[in-house]
Amino acid sequence: MALFIVRRLIGLVAVLFAITVLVFLIFFATPGVDPTRSLAGRNPTPETIAAVRHQFGLDRSKPMQYLLMMKRLFISRDLVSYGNQALLVVPAIASAAPVTFSLVFGAAVIWIVFSILTGLLAVILKGTIFDPLLMIFALIGISMPVFWLGEVLNLITQDRLHNTFLFSWVPPLGYVPLTQNPWQWFLHLVIPWISLSVLYIGFYARVLRANLLDVENEDYVRTARAKGLSERQVLVKHMLRTSMITFVSLFGLDFGILVGGGALLTEVVFGLPGVGQLTYRSLVSLDLPVIMATVIYGAFFITIASALIDVLYARLDPRIRPA
Amino acid sequence: MLRNRIALSALILFVVIVAVSFAAPLYAHHIAHTDPFASNITGTTVVGGKRVDVLQQGGGTLGIGVVPIGPTWHSNFFLGADNQGRDVAARVLYGGRASLEIGIGSAVLCCFIALILALVAGFFGRFSDTILSRLMDLIWAFPVYLLAISLATVLLTLPNGLQWGFIHVQPASLWVPTIIIALVYVPYVYRPVRGQVLSVREKEYVEAAVAQGASSLRLMFGEILPNVVTTVIVMLPLMIATTVLTEAALSFLSIGVQPPKASWGTIIDDGQALLYSRPWVAIAPGLMILLTVLSLNVLGDGVRDALDPRAKLRLKG
Repeated sequence: MALFIVRRLIGLVAVLFAITVLVFLIFFATPGVDPTRSLAGRNPTPETIAAVRHQFGLDRSKPMQYLLMMKRLFISRDLVSYGNQALLVVPAIASAAPVTFSLVFGAAVIWIVFSILTGLLAVILKGTIFDPLLMIFALIGISMPVFWLGEVLNLITQDRLHNTFLFSWVPPLGYVPLTQNPWQWFLHLVIPWISLSVLYIGFYARVLRANLLDVENEDYVRTARAKGLSERQVLVKHMLRTSMITFVSLFGLDFGILVGGGALLTEVVFGLPGVGQLTYRSLVSLDLPVIMATVIYGAFFITIASALIDVLYARLDPRIRPA
Repeated sequence: MLRNRIALSALILFVVIVAVSFAAPLYAHHIAHTDPFASNITGTTVVGGKRVDVLQQGGGTLGIGVVPIGPTWHSNFFLGADNQGRDVAARVLYGGRASLEIGIGSAVLCCFIALILALVAGFFGRFSDTILSRLMDLIWAFPVYLLAISLATVLLTLPNGLQWGFIHVQPASLWVPTIIIALVYVPYVYRPVRGQVLSVREKEYVEAAVAQGASSLRLMFGEILPNVVTTVIVMLPLMIATTVLTEAALSFLSIGVQPPKASWGTIIDDGQALLYSRPWVAIAPGLMILLTVLSLNVLGDGVRDALDPRAKLRLKG
């Protein structure tokens, strides 16, 4: 087990290194890219350009630039934004991360509960009209662009039905930290949570239903039925349990992707100042260091999350553990 | 068989959406009589026999500012206008054309690249396989949206577009989002196809061809390709569904389709500012995306069930 973890760790470090190199290459070594253009302001003189290039180390060789950038990102943590040079990139990401985490965590709770309910219900109601109906709803959930759903929800809860008893509790767009006021934190996030979770409820319900129907003909399910277990026990204790293996591995990855920046669109639509919002702001001004840092943060988060899942898996299921 | 009928109606719906979108110029010129790309701030239209301004003064909640005309439900400004006085209905159709061109184009391009790479990796194995598979793992490690965002940002900052040998792409061209979206999804098609190539390579008929002295090229394209191409075809509708959604997201973030061109994503972005006063600007393109992606998902499920016997068994069971 220890050997497996060590080997996985070495692989992890290699991938993280490759990610930083690739991101650096994309942003600073694509032929034709010139970061000084956005730095030096409008119509700069050649002297200004040279000064700016020197100040940001852009006149060094590419490998040197890479090392310098990584040093400022990971060791001295004083990488500054090109757009606003008072903004330190690393602390900015660190302070935005809790917002993203709040959003994704709540959405994850909703999508786990409702997708399991929907998947189970579809299997229980198999053969009736409700099974295809539930699956059509799931498919609609998958087919909606999440930012559009967010806007429609905003339209309903902030404007059209805001003055009715239904949605008068919905606060204006924005974010209140959990430590400041837990109740307001909750109220501000309910609609974003719902908006973000719809896609995943649809997706996970479909996967779960397919998995449940797959294991229905397995021997151990037949054995469980032959033992005289109730249908509910067979479904929950035997079928659902096996089906959760796929479910859990998918969940780990999706959670990692969302916390790593995949919730960007939801954050933009609901005005939540998370990592995605930070990326979006810097996109608009083409602020390369900030975008680079958020992309590296996201990729790191996902890679580390998936490594954790692997290790956890090997702990849970000895068959996966390599000899 | 009920499922086949559902899949067929999904196909019909998709074809109708494509046809309608590609007929956008006909609608704009002959029915709506508008130019959906020129701003039309001083334009007028006829509603209920009266001539009214397209952009109305003081229509806002405070009685100030300019509000575009709402849906007239007539041929001219059917869904109203956006804040530059342009016909939203005509723009949604034109936007659909761009969205579908990018969606279909990038899905096909992505499958093509993945197929070639998977053939090379699976057929030659060893060194090329290791390199390609590691590269794919690396791309896989990125969140799709973040990678697409990075590439799009960089390509947009290039003043002269991308120059790559004889390929020259203008920065505002639809090819930019098409290529980006195709690239980020390559690993998702590459992995299953490579697995398939590896298993087909061991089949007897390939051995027989080797015994006949077939060249590598003939083996790859004559023997192996026809047997893995089904996998790709099954994935294609679902890939298009995914790429259409990705295009919408990139355009919504203003790093996909660039103005003056429009796509469903950019129109939703335009509609965000008018959300509470003129919600149809944002709702209409979103509905089109929903219908398109839904039809493709249903179609994709149908195709998969038809070609994958295990799935068919599951349906009977």
